[in-house]
Amino acid sequence: MKNMRVLFLLLPALVIMFLIAVVPLITVFNYSLLDLFAGTFAEPVGWQNYVSTLRDPAFMSSIKKQFLFTFIVILIEIPLGIGLAFTLPKQKTSWSVIALILLGIPLLIPWNVVGIMWRVFTRPDVGLLPVIMSKLGVVYNPAVNGGQAWWTMVAMDVWHWTPLVILLSYAGLNSIPQEFYQAAKIDAASIWSTFRYITLPKLKYVLVIGLLLRVMDSFKMYDETFLLTAGGPGNATELLSIYTAKAARGSNYGFSSAVSLVYLFIVIVLCFILYKTVMSIGEASK
Amino acid sequence: MAKIWLKNIRYVYGGKRRKGAEALKGIDLVFEDGCAGALLGPSGCGKTTLLNLISGLLKPTEGKVFFNDTDVTDLSPEERNIAQLFQFPVVYDSIDVYGNLAFPLRNRKLLENEIKERVIEIAKIIGIEQFLRDNPRKLNAGQRQLLALGRGLVRKDTAIILLDEPMTQLDLHQRWFLRKELKKIQQRLNMTMIYVTHDQYEALSFAEKIVVMKDGNIVQEGTPETLYDYPNTSFVGWFIGTPGMNIYNFSIKDTMLDFNDFKINMPQNMKEILKGRTGMLQLGIRPEYVRYSKEEAKEGFFLTKLISIENMGYFKVLTFKVGDTVIKGKVLREVEINEGQETWVSITEDEVNLRIYENGVLITK
Repeated sequence: MKNMRVLFLLLPALVIMFLIAVVPLITVFNYSLLDLFAGTFAEPVGWQNYVSTLRDPAFMSSIKKQFLFTFIVILIEIPLGIGLAFTLPKQKTSWSVIALILLGIPLLIPWNVVGIMWRVFTRPDVGLLPVIMSKLGVVYNPAVNGGQAWWTMVAMDVWHWTPLVILLSYAGLNSIPQEFYQAAKIDAASIWSTFRYITLPKLKYVLVIGLLLRVMDSFKMYDETFLLTAGGPGNATELLSIYTAKAARGSNYGFSSAVSLVYLFIVIVLCFILYKTVMSIGEASK
Repeated sequence: MAKIWLKNIRYVYGGKRRKGAEALKGIDLVFEDGCAGALLGPSGCGKTTLLNLISGLLKPTEGKVFFNDTDVTDLSPEERNIAQLFQFPVVYDSIDVYGNLAFPLRNRKLLENEIKERVIEIAKIIGIEQFLRDNPRKLNAGQRQLLALGRGLVRKDTAIILLDEPMTQLDLHQRWFLRKELKKIQQRLNMTMIYVTHDQYEALSFAEKIVVMKDGNIVQEGTPETLYDYPNTSFVGWFIGTPGMNIYNFSIKDTMLDFNDFKINMPQNMKEILKGRTGMLQLGIRPEYVRYSKEEAKEGFFLTKLISIENMGYFKVLTFKVGDTVIKGKVLREVEINEGQETWVSITEDEVNLRIYENGVLITK
């Protein structure tokens, strides 16, 4: 009886979940098993679409780029975010509040606006960055130079998302009771071992959230990259999202459905592995 | 191990110039080597400030701190070789119990086999040797607090152990356990330990020397027995004991003591003491020395009403009321007595246990 009532109370949420998540997912899965072209014909082809997705060199190359991109931005953003959080004052003063608000500004800007800002900032004709670079004797043109396009994309992401890591770490740092640091001082712990055995383990949960958000978001990132480079020059910055969008534009719905599901699968598996790994850090080490 | 000597300590929060934030007003205090001491007082009396001055987290505005005749006033906590327990157990969850105990030694670059020997020795003393390879989360709160203590004991040079209300987050059983263990360890190792608390029961059961503080001053220091039997001020009498001492203002009218709501004849042995006293007089009596009777008995008894009985386990607390005056009494739980009865009460029957205060200060011997 009691269980029935729980079910009844959950029903509205379940119905909404079903309509917005389960139904489209099933539809997409259905499409991915069909040879479906712009609504003209539909024929079951089994796993054929998945096979051609995984055999597409452009797809595999976009996966590589995606992993590399995510790896690089996390490697920069997490340590940088923790480091900057350390420099913020612990006590709440009007200065620290102002600093926090300023840090939060990039997070408030819509993604496509960030893309446009960086686009303008880096354009060879009107941008500020190319001018500065040419003064330094470097020819900077991300529209032509794939490497430069890459680093510009990384810089944009770091600019946009490091503040999130800072704010999360700052909140985490402030929640560690002062007594732990006093005790560590009495135990003559060095700065490094204080960080390793007290701060880092206590920041763990906050960092997991930060890491998961950053991995998921960098896998999902579309607007910013599209506006900045549109995957170019060539397909130098063609991340998974851009590849998927290109596939969907081609009216080959069966194929693009298969691509989307592989994309989703990768994100879920990755987050699961990350979650498990980070949660086990420091569990049993002595 | 060390003797602590505080010499004329003043502490003002926010520097010398700000007035009114004076937390300590000239403290002179000695804790002998190997002493189990306690700082006891209500919230805001300055006891935690005093502890932080001993540990070195704060520097006194005036005065000096000595450990064994060495001036440590300007030394940092780690240079003073103290250990401290906080209001909750500070243990490092990211390392196992062994790692926790080894932590201070590893930081001091001792050899691993020396560390092992010392860690096992201390783990035995604090009674957690079977948990060495476990995560501290496996221990209960009392054992975690002991583990935190162990990190202090493991260093051979630890001079003093400071305990800052270490029972705050423990439930009753854990408190009982930790109190027993702390006492045992203190007696076995003969370390100087200073226990800060607002709980008189913890102080009385742990310490051999208790320092009672109020408003930044020491009011009285002494053994638990002295504080209980001869509170030198009416504050200490009221503060220590469950319930505290009954304290009543009175004035002398001829040969009578006038308590406003009742009058009693002046007891014989008080005539000498009360002669020529002009200050505010108070009489103090511990609840267990209050006598009562169902019918009008002897001299010194007056009529009251028994308004409540609280059962406190092996004893009962009786509350009598006469006019606006409340009198607390204490009897063994076997005593049969009913609420709401008219009862005759005497507060002067046990003359040797009466304490008289003039302007709050004890004048009886």
